[in-house]
Amino acid sequence: MKRKIMKRKKELWLSFFLSFFLTQSFANNVDIKIAFLVENMPVQPALSNLDPALTDEGIQGAVLGVKDNNTTGLFTGHSYQLKTVEVPVGGDVQRMFDALLNEGYQYVIVDVQTSMIKNLSAKAEKKDVLLFNVSSTASELRNSGCSSHLFHLIPSEAMKADALAQWMLKKRWTDWLLIKGRDAEDNEATKALKRSAKRFGIKIVEEKTWNFDHDARRTAQKDIPVFTQGMEYDVLAVADVKGLFGEYLTMNTWLPRPVIGTQGLVPRAWHRTHERWGAVQMQNRFYKQAGRWMNDVDYASWLAVRAIGEAVTRTNSINLHEIKDYLLSEQFSLAGFKGVKLTFRKWNHQLRQPILLATPRSMVSVLPHKEFLHPRTYLDTLGYDKPESNCTF
Amino acid sequence: MKHYFIVIALLLSSTTGSADTLFVTLEKDNAVAIVDGETGQLLNTVPVGQRPRGVAFGKDKTLLYIATSDDDTIQILDTQTLKVVGALPSGDDPELFKIHPNGQWLYVSNEDGNRVTVIDLSNQKAIAEIAVGVEPEGIAISGDGKWVANTSETTNMVHWIDPAEQKVKANTLVDPRPRAAEFSIDGESLFVSSEIAGSLSRLDVASKQVVDTMFFEIAGVDKALVQPVGVLAHPNNEMLFVALGPANRVAVVDIKTMSVIKYLLVGQRVWNLAFSPDMQRLYTTNGVSNDISIIELADLKVTKSVRVGPYPWGLAVK
Repeated sequence: MKRKIMKRKKELWLSFFLSFFLTQSFANNVDIKIAFLVENMPVQPALSNLDPALTDEGIQGAVLGVKDNNTTGLFTGHSYQLKTVEVPVGGDVQRMFDALLNEGYQYVIVDVQTSMIKNLSAKAEKKDVLLFNVSSTASELRNSGCSSHLFHLIPSEAMKADALAQWMLKKRWTDWLLIKGRDAEDNEATKALKRSAKRFGIKIVEEKTWNFDHDARRTAQKDIPVFTQGMEYDVLAVADVKGLFGEYLTMNTWLPRPVIGTQGLVPRAWHRTHERWGAVQMQNRFYKQAGRWMNDVDYASWLAVRAIGEAVTRTNSINLHEIKDYLLSEQFSLAGFKGVKLTFRKWNHQLRQPILLATPRSMVSVLPHKEFLHPRTYLDTLGYDKPESNCTF
Repeated sequence: MKHYFIVIALLLSSTTGSADTLFVTLEKDNAVAIVDGETGQLLNTVPVGQRPRGVAFGKDKTLLYIATSDDDTIQILDTQTLKVVGALPSGDDPELFKIHPNGQWLYVSNEDGNRVTVIDLSNQKAIAEIAVGVEPEGIAISGDGKWVANTSETTNMVHWIDPAEQKVKANTLVDPRPRAAEFSIDGESLFVSSEIAGSLSRLDVASKQVVDTMFFEIAGVDKALVQPVGVLAHPNNEMLFVALGPANRVAVVDIKTMSVIKYLLVGQRVWNLAFSPDMQRLYTTNGVSNDISIIELADLKVTKSVRVGPYPWGLAVK
């Protein structure tokens, strides 16, 4: 213990020394204030108690990003501060957002509902504030609901579904049985799956809605074989965002078929099994800090903070317009442990990125594969491409 | 049993003979593969610590230092007995390291700890911990021993360390995800590869500024897959070899014009590079295809690939 304290002291001394000494070459000492706005949602009824509900999702990613930025800041004279604001269930998100604006925050990471993002981005445009979406995968925000002051770090539902469809096409498992849940999120996921199926020549042989109300844990063995009987297909695609029944499809279908979608083989921005391209370092740093594995929202939040940091470092400015221009410029590129540089799509501000396809304990593939050709970059084979998006700023 | 001794005797004679011997760390096999450079024959595979990556010989080449990252140490392998005979206090997650021309100081990047640790090899003690950027990676030491350059992958900088004081004296911002650094033979330039930008930068050592940046373009290879990693300077001060990762090629660069003379097709995800001591051959580690490629330097042709084991990472030649 004593040794640790000694080490800390040494670290502090080093930091002080470095910040004092090294900032001379970059001259100015500048503070960059970043806010993290979370709208808490009612806790979902847990299907099983395997995964604890997270109270720090996203925040941990942003905290790590700020640490990383501040290490760089030691050498550049930039210091980053993060303020986290959690709005309780049913609380007034807009009021909290206004309060942040009054305190002078110009960079706000938002983990709020899709409809709320639309409200906030209208205000952000007026007040000249940049919003960074780290949780909503909704297609709407990349299309008609887009905003010139809104950036998406989290991949869209469409990008994720395209990654799945590309892999299925490569496997030639092109006949899908689609089973969907009943709420709005399931609808969104279903739409994305159907869009991708159409784009990549996949046939949905049948689409069924899971209407059972009872606890699937008890009855899966009886219900699912009957529910999946009577049709021929290659894979079962499931759209069950809350996880009310999807987990129980595997090994219970009438025919022996793999499960993909929201359960089974899942498309993710980040996954605990990811270890290529230096990802091990990221996994270790995050686990050490948070005591749990990083998820998609944490990763997107880390990226948001790093994107701001990268723009500030390269432009040596904190002017919002310069930062925004840089984020959208050819010079901007973010290293996100995915083997390629990550950049923003100019037409809807979505961050281009590969999608990981994983099962609980293995990384199956990282999409797109280079065989999926595109005149700009193969990353643009995922999600809404320029001619497809109806976003106008 | 007799056969066994004969085999051992043969192996030992071939590792001590005139031909050069390669020691290749196998990141996912916790082992070092030993290969005859001339014949390309895999001679032996020696177990070492967990996740071995960076590797280099001590001054007289009797000891081999191996960064075993997941053991948080640098192991010392006796190159005669092929036994691990010691370990250095490297700090957390050691990755790449270089030994100062004075033969005494070893500089290692601690990837998880945002540090460069300096180890005195004479008493095997850590004598300095230098705070650098996030995920320090490449280490280069100038031929005259006056500068140690360290790259940090997430901070995107070169940190210039003065070995006389063991302190950072200057920082230069470079292209995203800088990996290897290599001083020119004349000591006037520092070359830095940037994996994500797909570039190679030349920094002027005197002014510490980036003076030139080049990109690699290979017909039929997606730009995103051209990811420069290992860099090695030819002693003639005219040529530079740059490993291009998943582009599966080594670029031969003309230093004067900063342009590519030739691309050499090697194994998958080419990572690190080393010369044979007689400058006849260049060797590459290819992480994904589990092999090394052997290139004849006289005519710049790839002549052999040798399977060595899972994830060959670093290599040292004697």
